[in-house]
Amino acid sequence: MAMVREITFAQAINEALDYEMSKDEKVIIMGEDVGRYGGIFGATAGLYEKYGPERVRDTPISEAGFIGAAIGAAATGLLRPVVELMFIDFLGVTFDQIFNQAAKMRYMFGGKAKIPMVLRTTCGAGFAAAAQHSQSLHALFVHVPGLKVVMPSTPYDAKGLLISSIEDDDPVIFIEHKGLYGIKGPVPEEPYTIPLGEADVKKEGKDVTIVATAAMVHKALEAAKKLEEEGISVEVVDPRTLVPLDVDTIVNSIKKTGRLVVVDEGYPRCSFATDIAAIAASKAFEYLKAPVKLVTPPATPIPFSPALEKEWIPSAEKIEKAVKEIL
Amino acid sequence: MPVEEIPKETLLWMYETMVRIRVHEERVAELFAQGKVPGFVHLYTGEEAIAAGIMAHLRKDDFITSTHRGHGHYIAKGGDIKASMAELFGKKTGSCKGKGGSMHIADLDVGELGANGIVGGGIPHAVGAALGIKLNGLDSVAVAFFGDGAANQGTFHESLNLASIWKLPVVFVCENNQYQISLPAKEHTNVKDIAERAKAYGIPGVAVDGQDVLAVYEVAKEAIERARRGEGPTLIEVKTYRFRGHFEGDPQVYRSKEEIEWWKENKDPIKIFEKVLLEKGIFTKEELEQVWERARKEIEEAVKFAEESPWPTKEDLTEDVFSTPTKGVLVWQW
Repeated sequence: MAMVREITFAQAINEALDYEMSKDEKVIIMGEDVGRYGGIFGATAGLYEKYGPERVRDTPISEAGFIGAAIGAAATGLLRPVVELMFIDFLGVTFDQIFNQAAKMRYMFGGKAKIPMVLRTTCGAGFAAAAQHSQSLHALFVHVPGLKVVMPSTPYDAKGLLISSIEDDDPVIFIEHKGLYGIKGPVPEEPYTIPLGEADVKKEGKDVTIVATAAMVHKALEAAKKLEEEGISVEVVDPRTLVPLDVDTIVNSIKKTGRLVVVDEGYPRCSFATDIAAIAASKAFEYLKAPVKLVTPPATPIPFSPALEKEWIPSAEKIEKAVKEIL
Repeated sequence: MPVEEIPKETLLWMYETMVRIRVHEERVAELFAQGKVPGFVHLYTGEEAIAAGIMAHLRKDDFITSTHRGHGHYIAKGGDIKASMAELFGKKTGSCKGKGGSMHIADLDVGELGANGIVGGGIPHAVGAALGIKLNGLDSVAVAFFGDGAANQGTFHESLNLASIWKLPVVFVCENNQYQISLPAKEHTNVKDIAERAKAYGIPGVAVDGQDVLAVYEVAKEAIERARRGEGPTLIEVKTYRFRGHFEGDPQVYRSKEEIEWWKENKDPIKIFEKVLLEKGIFTKEELEQVWERARKEIEEAVKFAEESPWPTKEDLTEDVFSTPTKGVLVWQW
């Protein structure tokens, strides 16, 4: 059997970008420090040298301007831009372009517009980056119709989902958790796609379902391993794309286990976690043997002090505790 | 610009475009008053020379982005009037299948990338269109229309900067109609001409009388040719005046009846243009009257089409959110 090489999550992103740029001249990259610098997390490294400054564009710090430009370029059909919003926290200055422009254009214009653009951005706490560089605001994108929202947890998923996202004709928000860039995993060298809207059961189990996203998938797997030692069988479902959502896989897992814990790094109220809980309540209520448990941070801004931040982020221990509470 | 230097067919096109916009807008005002056109309606009456003077230089493969006051741009760019009238009514046959309405009139088939309900929202889209043009090696241009109010939005400044550093084929057209809803321009902007702001971005900026279609035509010619030659963006500020309120039903407490009447009497762009055309003997009174006849007939046919068109159905509600079908749930309904 051929050995599948292991590469990092950041390298997987880079390979997907490289493949799409080599395949289609319409694909360009824009963003702050994506060129010579190679992206502050290294995801676009080497692409500037390979494809040049026209197609790998360093932008001024003006997110509304260059994200708006990407939307306009995509709407003309002349380009398929992949833009980088360095931190999801910077979303505020570009809300209008994403929520009122990219998301609504197709519908407002009666289905005539296609907006083939990908907005890559980063989320996640754990780096003492404090309240304006650590948030996980994916739920905001899920809330507004017209956007596809992707949130991979492994290098393999990152590569396949990013290729699918760039080839998709709708605006896709592709969210990369900062804590995942360094993790390694098996990734085929050749290009492949993972369909949007297809969840992945990261671990099968029969007593309780944990639905977790991005870095929380790894915390859930860590918790599952410990619970397994105590004889508790945990199924970990990673939706991978939040829009479209693979409701069937989630609901089928709940039907199988009868118990649900949702783990998400977003703020607790009106969140992706509450959304999954609502789906469980409306689509699988009769199968639930216990209340749904949510493991999320508290509704506070993200603190700077590592001592406080550690308390803020959902941990494997908190997940274990939540599972035990509903058994 | 001396009128003799402009081809006669261009002069006729500009006059006809202005008249079509005027007749359209006056008819829409009536239809709105009758309750046949729902929602917000922002009319272009009094500003017709801008759309006509700029669009006289544009081709079908050029792009424009528009504002909430977008009917004039749509008509001048060659949008289908029957489809837009049906859209104003909210009918299924509308240009946006009844999902956009007046504020989102669009016709991507003729490069009209859409009216925008967000002030300043469309300016960066023109920059992106221009980037696409440049990277594809085309000689098209993109024109961003926006008002004086939008010139204070971040997107205005960001877009001028981006277009300038990337030397993109885009023309920024600020339609300064002197009121940001109710706030006079002199109270929201502390420069004499918004065009002066071009200096800050290292691009040409020029202010022009927007009631004089020949002046607009001349300034636009230079800016658009410059963009097509690959020499980068221009900011054009067109001084104009909206004859009607910000929106239909606006009580207009912020300006006097005398002021409005003065503009209608002395600065009506159609009257001004007509005078030149007649004095120079380019067209006869009868020829110009025929233009009005044609426009009235065209608009009435559009109104009839809109009135007789069907409403969208409940099945249409969840269509057109996404273009690429995928697995999983895309459009959620509990």
